[in-house]
Amino acid sequence: MGEISLNINGKVEKHDVGDNTLLVDFIRENAGLTGTHVGCDTSQCGACVVHIDGVSVKACTMLAAQAQGSEITTIEGIGTSDALHPMQEAFKENHGLQCGFCTPGMVMSAIELVSKNKNASEKDIRDGLEGNICRCTGYHNIVKSVKAGAEKMGG
Amino acid sequence: MYSTKYMKPNSTSEALDAINSLGEGKFLAGGMTLIPTLKQRLANPDGLVDISGCDLDSIADEGETIKIGAMSRHVSVAESAVVKKAIPALAKLAEGIGDRQVRNRGTLGGSVANNDPSACYPSAVLALKANVHTNSRSIAADDFFTGMFETALEEDEIIESISFLKPTKANYVKFPNPASRYAMVGVFVAQFGDEVRVAVTGAGEGGVFRHQEMESVLSSNFSADSLSSVNIVSDGLISDLHASAEYRANLIKEMTKRAVV
Repeated sequence: MGEISLNINGKVEKHDVGDNTLLVDFIRENAGLTGTHVGCDTSQCGACVVHIDGVSVKACTMLAAQAQGSEITTIEGIGTSDALHPMQEAFKENHGLQCGFCTPGMVMSAIELVSKNKNASEKDIRDGLEGNICRCTGYHNIVKSVKAGAEKMGG
Repeated sequence: MYSTKYMKPNSTSEALDAINSLGEGKFLAGGMTLIPTLKQRLANPDGLVDISGCDLDSIADEGETIKIGAMSRHVSVAESAVVKKAIPALAKLAEGIGDRQVRNRGTLGGSVANNDPSACYPSAVLALKANVHTNSRSIAADDFFTGMFETALEEDEIIESISFLKPTKANYVKFPNPASRYAMVGVFVAQFGDEVRVAVTGAGEGGVFRHQEMESVLSSNFSADSLSSVNIVSDGLISDLHASAEYRANLIKEMTKRAVV
């Protein structure tokens, strides 16, 4: 056990947890931010994607301790219910989700993808979302959403 | 995951002290294999020594070679202007590993030290006559990989960097497993003047290997057609739920043909 202090969405979260605590568990159980989901728990589905210093990572495949000293952004940190992030807005407008379970990870991956490649083609988007699995949509509207989101973000 | 202790030293010498202070410690690089292994309780180290703070992530052009720090993330190698210019095939290989999030965390040193029989990097190390530099010595690629998940590394040895010899020409083509994107078969072909090296990953029961017959055929005639007469035997190849040994034998030839352009 030891104290782990993480900066999540601009707020410092200090908790006494075991060194073996996964980042996603720290975010959900200790910080109480349940927008980051656990889907497969085997690094494949991407429902747990968060940003660490602007870089997308799977929070189920990292220890909380490894993220010390970094700025973590979760889905709760990018917009509010009244003022959605442009990427969230694009998912809403383009029916980019059905059950919504994969959506937090999709949105976080999409934001990083677009921030690195403002003019992402359909192929770039599909390649960039390889690490995110959706069981409902068939991806078509997700790709459409990311394209629209990229435009809203100034692509 | 079993309980364990986390340590993050600031240099390789501190990392060695840390690992020696533990009964059974493990070095933690990107963690893309080690963390899932721990989560499945397939390993139970009493401590993890995170080497991400040891300043091992530089990429430099050293004339005849490109030297890449062991903690270089796959994304850094894929996007490196130095690598893209000198050995574009290596950047292409890094770009094709796993998915975006795996590439953001996974490292060259971690992949090579783990020597997964289906990992991409070992094929580049072997084909590009790389030297693996550790805290105590340099190991030639031909002596480094000793079997499936086995390497010449000692328990308390850290890979610090790997020097890849710049080829005249090189290419990497893999047939990815559609789910994991690990190589069902991946072939790295590198040409150094008249010499050709062909390294095959994803297929051998003993891990990555060089295919001498294809090397000699390609050395005298560097063309995909020249490979038609080569018979790839399936003895010693992996047979699993993804592909039989015979299917992998066929893929070896096909991927090599595609790599020879």
